[in-house]
Amino acid sequence: MINLYTRRRIANATGLTVSVLAMAFGLFWLCWILWTLLDHGLPALTPMVFEKMTPPPGSSGGLLNAIFGSLMMTVIGTLIGTPIGILAGTYLAEFGQRGWLAPITRFINDILLSAPSIVIGLFVYEVYVVHVKHFSGWAGTIALAIIVIPIVIRTTENMLRLVPSTLREAAAALGAPQWKIISFVTLRAARAGIITGVMLAIARISGETAPLLFTALNNQFWSSDMDQPMANLPVVIFQFAMSPYQDWQNLAWAGALLITFSVLTLNILARVLFRQSASTH
Amino acid sequence: MNTENIAKPRVTVKDLNFFYGKYRALKDINLDIAEKKVTAFIGPSGCGKSTLLRTFNRMYQLYPQQTATGAIMLDGDNILDKNQDLNKLRAKVGMVFQKPTPFPMSIYDNIAFGVKLYQNLNKNDMDERVEWALKKAALWVEVKDKLKQSGMGLSGGQQQRLCIARAIAVKPEVLLLDEPTSALDPISTAHIEKLIDELKEDFTIVIVTHNMQQAARVSDYTAYMYLGDLIEFGDTSTVFTNPKRKETEDYITGRFG
Amino acid sequence: MPMLLHEARLKRQSIFDTLFRNVTRLAAFGVLALLAAILFSLVMGSMPAIRAFGFGFLTSPDWDPVNDKFGALIPIIGTLITSGIALIIAIPVSFGIALFLTELSPRVLRRPLGVAIELLAGIPSIIYGMWGLFVFAPLFADHVEPWLNQHIGTLPYIGPFFSGPPMGIGILTASIILAIMVIPFIASVMRDVFDVVPTMLKESAYGLGSTTWEVMLNIVLPYTKVGVAGGIMLGLGRALGETMAVTFVIGNAHELTKSLLNPGNSISSALANEFTEAFGELYTASLIELGLILFFITFVVLSLARYMLYKLGQREGKAA
Repeated sequence: MINLYTRRRIANATGLTVSVLAMAFGLFWLCWILWTLLDHGLPALTPMVFEKMTPPPGSSGGLLNAIFGSLMMTVIGTLIGTPIGILAGTYLAEFGQRGWLAPITRFINDILLSAPSIVIGLFVYEVYVVHVKHFSGWAGTIALAIIVIPIVIRTTENMLRLVPSTLREAAAALGAPQWKIISFVTLRAARAGIITGVMLAIARISGETAPLLFTALNNQFWSSDMDQPMANLPVVIFQFAMSPYQDWQNLAWAGALLITFSVLTLNILARVLFRQSASTH
Repeated sequence: MNTENIAKPRVTVKDLNFFYGKYRALKDINLDIAEKKVTAFIGPSGCGKSTLLRTFNRMYQLYPQQTATGAIMLDGDNILDKNQDLNKLRAKVGMVFQKPTPFPMSIYDNIAFGVKLYQNLNKNDMDERVEWALKKAALWVEVKDKLKQSGMGLSGGQQQRLCIARAIAVKPEVLLLDEPTSALDPISTAHIEKLIDELKEDFTIVIVTHNMQQAARVSDYTAYMYLGDLIEFGDTSTVFTNPKRKETEDYITGRFG
Repeated sequence: MPMLLHEARLKRQSIFDTLFRNVTRLAAFGVLALLAAILFSLVMGSMPAIRAFGFGFLTSPDWDPVNDKFGALIPIIGTLITSGIALIIAIPVSFGIALFLTELSPRVLRRPLGVAIELLAGIPSIIYGMWGLFVFAPLFADHVEPWLNQHIGTLPYIGPFFSGPPMGIGILTASIILAIMVIPFIASVMRDVFDVVPTMLKESAYGLGSTTWEVMLNIVLPYTKVGVAGGIMLGLGRALGETMAVTFVIGNAHELTKSLLNPGNSISSALANEFTEAFGELYTASLIELGLILFFITFVVLSLARYMLYKLGQREGKAA
């Protein structure tokens, strides 16, 4: 009996120790990666990064055009993807009780949510780049918007489902038509959650590289013409990091630091915002 | 059926049956709702009292598989008629729910929301309407300095009075109250009960309650329901002091339920 | 009391209602159309390769742009192997993390640690790639791979998998980086499904004198096994399609070797590296067909994942 009990205790202690180690293992990589970024990125993060364009090999420069291009494509991609996502998410949550469309859409959307982003890049290349015959900011923007849509759909639907049905009934009891109930009461009640979802979507696309490789490509110079190839941080990081030039590699680290910390800040902000709004309700 | 003749019926329910899918939740209900009086529906949980109430504004319509047959007449129109415009109906039949349901907007906008749906009021008239409704709901004094603040910040009792104000602001003809005090503390409950007594000067009120004392205190007529049947309906004092049916007496005296 | 009902306004409302419903429906339908369009465009784009190679494309190890001979075998195997090894590493670690977060962590630490793990998922994949190439791979080459060569590389049966030049970049490095990337995904799904186990069920087991470990193994895991499997499949879906992190460290070599230390290739890294430089119709079409194959594999895996999570959700509904 004692023997069995001891054995059980040992099994328990071992299991729990391994669990603690697993947690430490996970945190270890996070810390190591963040430390590397700070270590390599901070020295490279000079004012020049924000003032100069990407340089030709072997000379110094900055990332201004890439930062601008990334902002441009991220913002416009979000602006295109968000409304579509909110509308479709609204359909799934508010009208999706009957019929075949909602369950299938929900399923397909969950697949698109985790579909390889490089395939999205291929798709945009096939349907857009091939036809206009050149890479462009628009192509990159479209690819990013396609990535935004499923994320926003999922959070919109989830957040609308959290809105108590009594709130819908109360608005209906006043004789409000459905479009008003949804746009003025339920979507409003779910606002904080949906904004969180949009922020997470922005975080996700600001780091996306693969779908931009075949769409926006890159541009060594300043360009605000969305119809031309457009510089963007992820692709610049990719090219510069893979290059043999020390200057380029340093800029890649600076860019990596910028991207990671903006993405992580967005992530944390989104969570804080959501928690705050959840606690006031 | 123990239906008493009511002097001035505002709503007449005729042979009403209600189905959740195949389950028959209301069985051949017939009753009259008196104008500018309070009618209470009482009975144990699951007896169909809330279901009956929710047919008056066809709230069940939001959910698939819920159907009603028979007729509910209001102003010569059958509420259950397929061609009945639901939004118009609901502007005439207001409702307050078990739990307070303030909309995620300011106190002022909560009340203006319903009014704006059907009336074009200028700023002044709207201000007056909001004040009128809040006064009627005995909430004006407490909130007049924070009309722009969110309705979600009020206490539970205040929120419920806000919902009542919101419902009466559109000036409905009938006001449905679905266990309006079940989520409130005794003091807020007393507030609301007093309010109901005042509101019946202007509105025809139907209240569902699981609290018999409340029905006895606030209502003029009482309907006792059990398992989807209307067991007894009549003058509140008669139902409570001299019920005709044994089941009603058992329930009221607490021998059952 | 008179009502001011505007009939015209009522009519307009019902038009708005119909309009609103149809606009949202159109958006939802757009998602289906998007999937169809993706499939269609990939099939069309890969048509030349499909015509030229047929099903042989799947089994041919050729990748010869000069002579226009292409086959998908090497990238497919690379994708499957890197993802498989990544899962072998990630599953137990994720389970440990989920267990820690649901049962062991002090209450104050639970949220910050949970967020930290989710931040690991938030780091863009290109950062993993850079870090892997510049920091992890050299250390791996200097300290781990020689050890693997000496100690495991000499063993019978499994030895050949672990002997090879200690270059740092290769299949094994890519797998480890993939594992780090999918850990947060699997761990957070596991944590979520562990959280749905009714407290009463766990308390009943604790009430019989079970240890935490026993409760996890005998109560929580069996109760949530479908959901856990779903989470693992979700992680697998991620690993299969991951591009940038793998591209940096896999070595991008179209070679079929036994050793995991050798460079290899995966579908996504072949695409990332070669697509913009591909010349000729057949080369491009072959790359697009690789994309089609990747999409197909992830589609199947993710469908299974969703199906399993849905199953768990359904049982939840029944129990409630």
